[in-house]
Amino acid sequence: MSQSTTEKPEVATEPVAAKKKVVLSEGKRAERKLGWWLCAPAAITMVAVTGWPIIYSIWLSLQRYDLKFPDRTEFIGFDNYVTVLASPYWWNAVWVTAVLTVISVAIELVLGMGLALIMHRALVGRGLVRTTSLIPYGIVTIVAGFSWRFAWTPGTGYLAELAGGEPVLTEKLPALMVVILAEVWKTTPFMALLLMAGLALVPDDLLKAAAMDGAGPWQRFVKVTLPIMKPAILVALLFRTLDAFRIFDNLFVLTAGSQGTSSVSMLTYNNLIKGLNLGIGSTMSVLIFLMVAAIAFIFIKLFGTAAPGSDDGGKR
Amino acid sequence: MRGAKRRRRLAAAMGAALVAVPVLAACGSGDGGITVNVYKYNQENFQAIVDGCNAKANGKYKIVYNKLPREADGQREQMVRRLAAEDDSMDVLALDVTWTAELAKAGWIKEFTGSVKSQVENGTIQTPLDTASYEGKLYGAPDNTNVQLLWYRGDLVPTPPKTWDEMIQMAEDLVAQGKPGLIAAQGKQYEGLVVLFNTLVNSNGGTILDENGTKAIVDDKAVEALEALKKLATSKAIDPSFSNSTEDPARLLMESGKAAFQLNWPYVYAAAQKKPDFAANFKWAPYPTVSGDKSKVTVGGINYAVSNYTLHPDESFEAVLCLRGAESQKLAAIKDGVPPTLKEVYDDPEMATAYPMKDAILETLENASVRPRTPAYQNVSTVISTILSPPGSIDPKATGDRLRTELQNALDSKGVLP
Repeated sequence: MSQSTTEKPEVATEPVAAKKKVVLSEGKRAERKLGWWLCAPAAITMVAVTGWPIIYSIWLSLQRYDLKFPDRTEFIGFDNYVTVLASPYWWNAVWVTAVLTVISVAIELVLGMGLALIMHRALVGRGLVRTTSLIPYGIVTIVAGFSWRFAWTPGTGYLAELAGGEPVLTEKLPALMVVILAEVWKTTPFMALLLMAGLALVPDDLLKAAAMDGAGPWQRFVKVTLPIMKPAILVALLFRTLDAFRIFDNLFVLTAGSQGTSSVSMLTYNNLIKGLNLGIGSTMSVLIFLMVAAIAFIFIKLFGTAAPGSDDGGKR
Repeated sequence: MRGAKRRRRLAAAMGAALVAVPVLAACGSGDGGITVNVYKYNQENFQAIVDGCNAKANGKYKIVYNKLPREADGQREQMVRRLAAEDDSMDVLALDVTWTAELAKAGWIKEFTGSVKSQVENGTIQTPLDTASYEGKLYGAPDNTNVQLLWYRGDLVPTPPKTWDEMIQMAEDLVAQGKPGLIAAQGKQYEGLVVLFNTLVNSNGGTILDENGTKAIVDDKAVEALEALKKLATSKAIDPSFSNSTEDPARLLMESGKAAFQLNWPYVYAAAQKKPDFAANFKWAPYPTVSGDKSKVTVGGINYAVSNYTLHPDESFEAVLCLRGAESQKLAAIKDGVPPTLKEVYDDPEMATAYPMKDAILETLENASVRPRTPAYQNVSTVISTILSPPGSIDPKATGDRLRTELQNALDSKGVLP
């Protein structure tokens, strides 16, 4: 590691020097052109690996396409969308996903903020506190999911014994609560980490000045810290909401979608991979894509200029 | 700068190694000859069977055993995904009996014809053979079969019950006397619940799907079966975690001494031998039915199929014939406890000690029922287990109606899978 850090500047100086020469001799246009050229490989790769699959799944979603019945394949327009949007299973999954997302992200935000404040203010053992609180995030979700499942299984698990030996994972609401618990446990550290970066932006002088003016701790937090942290909170919320909305692995291990606990991703997987119904499955993927896009759009609108990417810092 | 160069060279070498390793591994297994890749779930003594067949092939081809995951869903998913991509590195596939129609209809497995077909049919019990057929053609060679029996405690139950109501009554009486009288069975939302339901419907003379597997029937007799299932699930004598129980929890409940009855596959007998005190009173009887007639128990098991994309079809068919031959089946039955599909293996004297319940199995097999044969079986099964779950809240008439509509949608690949 140390070797690479010492060498990096050495390697980097050459292209920078070359770039400057270009600017000097041919001006801004040439620089723009070079920029395009440098971006091109990345842009083409992006289009190839994300653009094409999206277009292909939209195309699939307009067809009756079931691998089990290859001779019944035909173009059917929006019939798949009608089928999916009229299905109670789909709406149940949408509700389950929405509830999981809203509740788990809300709890994570509160707990993550608390954890971030603790980590930020820790005087002794700062490194230790930060490392230990990150452990849940470092564990592979599937592995963590299995330990939760065994812990909640009557006969083998200690949590099930504490809960009175009831098989909680076999009923809808208790099972969803267990899933939320597993999600919160897992991703609160991530939230805390993002929020801590935001906390570092709050200047100490400002807080001291507020204290001088007679603001109590709560007022300082709400009136000074939170507004300055707004962009960081937005990023954390956006990341976690999108992440939580696509919840799959924890659910897959904990309930496998039984008793009506399927999320939209789970339902899509069941139709696409288990049911081999490419038409219906792709329709669901497209719908999830639209919902995720809508969430991102709402966030950007809601937070206005505080949204990531809305500042023009990078442009000249 | 020099350091960077060295690192780059190292990276290149590692990249080359990454590319080369699988290639080398592929070469190593072939020995220059023909390799027949068999994909089968993790069966403990299957490698011995493969070795035996390789010795018999005498260098003509070499069978390589590729282990699939333990759970049926995982096995199906892996095979189906690779078949959909027309993968030519899979030759012989060990399929659950319920997948035949689906893979045949999709055009992913080869039909058995000519002398191979007659060799497979020769001496094979009819019901397992039916599971390997679809639309009058043979697509698989039965390897092992399976039927559930009623297992009971000989010290608590002097004569085994013949009907469903008798069994529930006996169990409830035992529970009322403070004796261990629970009934253990599979009630979780999964294939096991479908097996239970299919057995009840068929034994009662009912129908779930029509003969061609294109129309959902769910007649009155099937509704009676729903009533019987509800009665079991709401009985005082049912295992409290029935609605989340699979095969193994059911076995463990009975072994722990809490249950007097268990509906389960014959593997529980081999497992029970580890506890001699328990095994001494561990008895079996044919599956009870609603009407008291002969039961028509759902048949399980494994069939070998040959992938449509194999590069060595002739060798693959030959390998299948050996892998499911009498010798292989006997080894699998004695060592791994799976019931054979060839009649002659049951008559083997060595089977009497390893398989004391072989007569009960054979008798049940002759009357066994096949699960609905349709390419959409996975959808049918998912719909049934979802609608019947939890079994305690079945409302026979309404549940029957719902089954009929949603099964029809599933067959037409119209509806959304839950």
